[in-house]
Amino acid sequence: MTLLMASEVQHLVRLSTVDMIIVVFYFALVLAIGFYLRGRANTGEDFFMAGRDMTAWVAGLSFLSANLGALELMGWAGSAYQYGILATHWYWVGAIPAMLFLALVMMPFYYISKTHSVPGYLKLRFGEPARAVSAVSFGLMTVLMSGVNMFAMAKVMQIVLGWDINFSIWVSSITVAIYVALGGLRSAIFNEVLQFFLIWAGALLIPILGLYEAGGWRNLKILIAQRASEQYVHLWSGLGSFADNPMGINWAGIIFGLGAVISMGYWTTDFLVVQRILAAKDIRSAQMAPIIGAGFKMLVPIIVILPGLLGLGLLDAKLVPESVAATTGAHSYNDVLPLMLARYCGPGLLGLGITALIAGFMSGMAGNVSAFTTVWTYDIYRPLINSKGSDQHYVSMGRWTTVIGVLISVGTAYLVMQFASIMDYVQALFSFFIAPLFGTVVLGMLWKRATGLGGFLGLLCGTVSSISMWAWVKTDPSALRYVALSAHAKALAQDMYQALWSFLICVLVTVVVSLATKPKADSELEGLVYGLTKVPSVGNVAIYQKPLFWAGIVTVVFFVLNIYFW
Amino acid sequence: MISIWFFIGISLLVNGVLIFGAGLYEFSHPPDHPVVLFPAHAPIWWGALLAVVGLIYCVVYRPKKTA
Repeated sequence: MTLLMASEVQHLVRLSTVDMIIVVFYFALVLAIGFYLRGRANTGEDFFMAGRDMTAWVAGLSFLSANLGALELMGWAGSAYQYGILATHWYWVGAIPAMLFLALVMMPFYYISKTHSVPGYLKLRFGEPARAVSAVSFGLMTVLMSGVNMFAMAKVMQIVLGWDINFSIWVSSITVAIYVALGGLRSAIFNEVLQFFLIWAGALLIPILGLYEAGGWRNLKILIAQRASEQYVHLWSGLGSFADNPMGINWAGIIFGLGAVISMGYWTTDFLVVQRILAAKDIRSAQMAPIIGAGFKMLVPIIVILPGLLGLGLLDAKLVPESVAATTGAHSYNDVLPLMLARYCGPGLLGLGITALIAGFMSGMAGNVSAFTTVWTYDIYRPLINSKGSDQHYVSMGRWTTVIGVLISVGTAYLVMQFASIMDYVQALFSFFIAPLFGTVVLGMLWKRATGLGGFLGLLCGTVSSISMWAWVKTDPSALRYVALSAHAKALAQDMYQALWSFLICVLVTVVVSLATKPKADSELEGLVYGLTKVPSVGNVAIYQKPLFWAGIVTVVFFVLNIYFW
Repeated sequence: MISIWFFIGISLLVNGVLIFGAGLYEFSHPPDHPVVLFPAHAPIWWGALLAVVGLIYCVVYRPKKTA
């Protein structure tokens, strides 16, 4: 307990004894789950793929939870305060179509090919060079991102609770290392589902009490219009031009950049989330899992965006950007969620809310570590270093890689502590690979004429073009008007358009090179490409058990929500 | 094998009981600086709700002996 000393910095909330008991109980439970599952991770299939026996619900909630990190919760609540309800696009247009596309179009190919990973699919479809580029870049970025998130979370705990930064880093990372190394992917998935429930239990009271205090949604809209602008509560009506909304983006950037490229890239090819679906027990579960995830994803704005909007409408103090907060001592946008937590939650509830944040962080970290472990062992170590090891050898390698991956993440966290600018570079680096990778994978699945050289060069050119655009704007900020097509564009618009152009370049290069090179024989592409693959039936089940039925329901709700909040 | 839903039940039950207890204590000993909407006594009903849901999960998904 002596390590939990309050820092010099004034912190937002103070935990009572019952709060501390709730936090400690959480750590004890996740470790208990890890120890319980250690006997069920003895083979490669068990350790890396959770035995491929997860139900649709477990895989679907884990799929969503791996993405529902604490920084995501706090960051997007802050964005909602800053930009209003526009931030919801990252949960609806920026997720739902991609999740349904994954379920209905892409999942059958991932599942039938019995691949262990997304780079593994690239190996089957395009050959070793494409897998090597994808695996090395993914592995590197995953542990670096994990470290960056670890540092950011420790910083949050310091600001919110006054916890020592070293204490937060080591306790959380050792806990994750223990339960993932013991129980493998199954342990990570079980804990992610637990964390999903804790996040909702800890965060749902804020919107309930907030709406009660505001006098309902209608009154909240009036309060926000008085304090900021009416545009803060409209999803689409201000997206006609870059200058008409607080985010500095237009409808084309949201639909084509975010909806069609970035979210498709993230939700369908980022192995961190796809790995959870690959652990499903059958094809129907594998297709239902992303649809279940999509259903809950549509609800996440209730615990993320709504608290930000409630802060905008109800908090007396005006929150400011991080840069201003650092010099003036005022609260920043990112503090809105802890501020709302402290506003409504006394002893007990506060502990649960803080546990929700810690759980969110640890589920994200466990997701990164388990994905890194699989890609390192199956896509780098086995094909490039030691292809003759036994199954037991690779399981052992997986356990050690988990520990080493966590240690690299911790090292990155300390590196970021010394050189803060590294954080921006690492986060940018991660985004470079997502959009081109989606172009390569989707062409590989849907176009049988795509060749190995075409896929490899398309991925390479798309990635290089993304890095070039980022470097161009970094060295000459006025270049943003060319990359994002408007002088009024802001940083988020750059991300959207950069992704769109790099995706298009990847597709163009892949198509041109493929047409100029010799295609693979159809017999080599069976089980990998649309038109040459017999997609297995989900079985003779009632209509309400069919993925297509539930995808239809989710689609209808998605459109109704967008129209209601137009 | 113990179901994941049983672990979730344990978590909700223990947290619910602790929050419910803390809410009752606050009800009988009101703090000097109460939170906004303190009169709504959120910890009591929210804690009770979590405990009930947790208990249901614990009972329904309790480990069963296999033959």
